[in-house]
Amino acid sequence: MAEWYRRDRLSGAVMFLMKRVFQDILKNGYLSIITVITISLSIFIVSAVALFFLNINDVMNSWKKGLKIMVYLKHDVTGTQLPEIKRHLVRFYGIKSARFIPKEEALLFIKDSLPKKLSILEDLKENPLPDAFEIVMLPSYSSWKTIEHLAEKIKAMASVDEVEYGRQWFGRFRNIFNLFKLAGYAVGGLFFVAGVFIVANTIRLLLYSRRDEVEIMRLVGAKDNFIKIPFYIEGVVQGIAGGIIGLFILFITFVFISANIAEGFSPSYFSIRFLPFKIISVIVLCSMFVGWLGSFLSLKQFFKT
Amino acid sequence: MNEPKNNASIISMFHIHKSFGSYNALIDITLDILKNDFLFITGPSGAGKSTLLKLLYLAEKVSDGVILVDGMNLSRITRSKIPFLRRKFGIIFQDYKLIQNRTVFDNISLVLESAGKSRKFIEKKVAGVLKIVKMERKQHVFPPSLSGGEQQRVAVARAIAGEPGIILADEPTGSLDSESASMIMDLLRRFHYHGSTVIVATHDKELIYKTGGRIVHLDHGRMVSPGQA
Repeated sequence: MAEWYRRDRLSGAVMFLMKRVFQDILKNGYLSIITVITISLSIFIVSAVALFFLNINDVMNSWKKGLKIMVYLKHDVTGTQLPEIKRHLVRFYGIKSARFIPKEEALLFIKDSLPKKLSILEDLKENPLPDAFEIVMLPSYSSWKTIEHLAEKIKAMASVDEVEYGRQWFGRFRNIFNLFKLAGYAVGGLFFVAGVFIVANTIRLLLYSRRDEVEIMRLVGAKDNFIKIPFYIEGVVQGIAGGIIGLFILFITFVFISANIAEGFSPSYFSIRFLPFKIISVIVLCSMFVGWLGSFLSLKQFFKT
Repeated sequence: MNEPKNNASIISMFHIHKSFGSYNALIDITLDILKNDFLFITGPSGAGKSTLLKLLYLAEKVSDGVILVDGMNLSRITRSKIPFLRRKFGIIFQDYKLIQNRTVFDNISLVLESAGKSRKFIEKKVAGVLKIVKMERKQHVFPPSLSGGEQQRVAVARAIAGEPGIILADEPTGSLDSESASMIMDLLRRFHYHGSTVIVATHDKELIYKTGGRIVHLDHGRMVSPGQA
């Protein structure tokens, strides 16, 4: 068979398929719009959750990067011991620097940071605060586990009384974050399933509205795949359209919200960002898959009957 | 079970039974249809004419017996081979079975598209068959705008577009006026003349005597008498 003839057949078949798909989408405009809107809403919600977690994760990472460990020394530690303690501390992996904070400086800091001069601080006969070291972590060693492990090691030192690194509030925040993350996965899964069911039902309605046509096609010798493929493409097209529209709505919402957030926060503290291209691609692929799976499920059931 | 062997037969039926629940639609039908036969299956309503045709293109499955179509045993045919079996037939239905929201051209081209023919071939072929049935001016019209006779001519064009060896016509003139009916029968005679096997299910005795051909008479699912008009 000549190459041109094969090409003509192939391009003819593709043209025919695409023509049929777009004709069908237009003919069933109402159903198609409902499907695309539903998918886009599902994608919008799932992507919004993803965007929220992405930015919260960024915030947590930025906090961790600036995280300091306070090492409070025992009261009986003398000034001659300090250089040795510092040498010991900076030998630990992951520590960028260790700065000694004498208890006098700490008291001064507290006094300065309080809005009103408190008489209780003025009347102190003895400084109750301990000497301390402020440890700054290397960014690459700022994972939660590393900090925890390091804190345990420091606390085991004979001259150390207490180690403080905001464990409680950070731990609580992390737990809440994980809980939200779990809820996010559940919401994502729920909307994925909902999307699949809605596409499946739309395609099923479409199939039932065109069952005579399908029957005629079968009677004139059309293979099942010849009948099914346009429906698959239809599902995929609806999935892509829903995905793109959902992401576009999210982007508009993001631009609006980020402008308001930027007014309230310093950009050096943290900056919010939109989903990276990689995640956008994955979301569009997922919505495409939702469209295809919906078509697949309804076609499977329809052709079984 | 012995299967019938006849090299000249394009369709062989051997002790066919078809029942729907407790109702026996066809009982012990044995029939050979030869290549280039013009066969009328006749009988009153409910005799089993349509059912017999449906068994041939596997719209229904036999309850018992063997059917061979061009060497294919329909009892053993796989699901994936059914479209190939159906492409051996050009089927004309009493209710035309045209896709209402597709143009005349699209209705006919469907057969060729599903057989994987090229666009150029399809355009040429559809124009050709529309000319045969004298519907070339209505190729962009949708079926609901056509008269019954015109719709049946489109159905005939669709049936012959794939150049099938066998044409099955189930009451092809049942709902047509005498002029349209005689035009359809002229077309069928023409295809027969050019080598097709034509099988027509009808209860219209006048039509049979006007056209001429072999007759199989069914009554309550039984074959009563084969004959010649």
